[in-house]
Amino acid sequence: MATLTKADMVEQLYEELGLNKREAKDLVELFFEEIRQALGEGRNVKLSGFGNFMLRDKTQRPGRNPKTGEEIPVSARRVVTFRPGQKLKQRVEAYAGSIDS
Amino acid sequence: MTKSEIIDTLSRKQSHLISRDVELAVKLLLESMSETLSTGGRIEVRGFGSFSLHHRTARSGRNPKTGEQVGLPSKYVPHFKSGKELRERVNESRKHYAIQE
Repeated sequence: MATLTKADMVEQLYEELGLNKREAKDLVELFFEEIRQALGEGRNVKLSGFGNFMLRDKTQRPGRNPKTGEEIPVSARRVVTFRPGQKLKQRVEAYAGSIDS
Repeated sequence: MTKSEIIDTLSRKQSHLISRDVELAVKLLLESMSETLSTGGRIEVRGFGSFSLHHRTARSGRNPKTGEQVGLPSKYVPHFKSGKELRERVNESRKHYAIQE
């Protein structure tokens, strides 16, 4: 199954937009860095048509070491959740339908 | 933060590129990511995270308006798992930034 990586994205910007390799590489890096930075400053990121990266603060909860069964609390933390947009969900479902049926 | 804000920030930081190219690049990246997921592929961006598809089995649901029972077919949904750098940065930021609406 195909995996898309940053190297593939750089190649696509180079081939389809005619940016040089350096420019393409910088843009791909900066694109993900902008999202990381926003999320690292408490800002949600909304990319219409694709989806939203939403921050959530979780309180401490009881947990367990799955190997030993020992009880260890899972500390309070902030996590990123991704909520796919309507358009992406529909495209993915359309594909799934084609392999399931 | 929205897509157009990312485009503006990247245009400012990459002032040697014309902003139209930055806009096209961001749209191309998101389309490429959507297309990958919509054809059953994965996305892996080190330090940011990975996207894959999760399977949802068929289940029966109800029309919330009429209460009528309807069969919902199995489907795939996009799933994001944050990478180590993003996860740590976001969790650290908890102490310094509240989550903005």
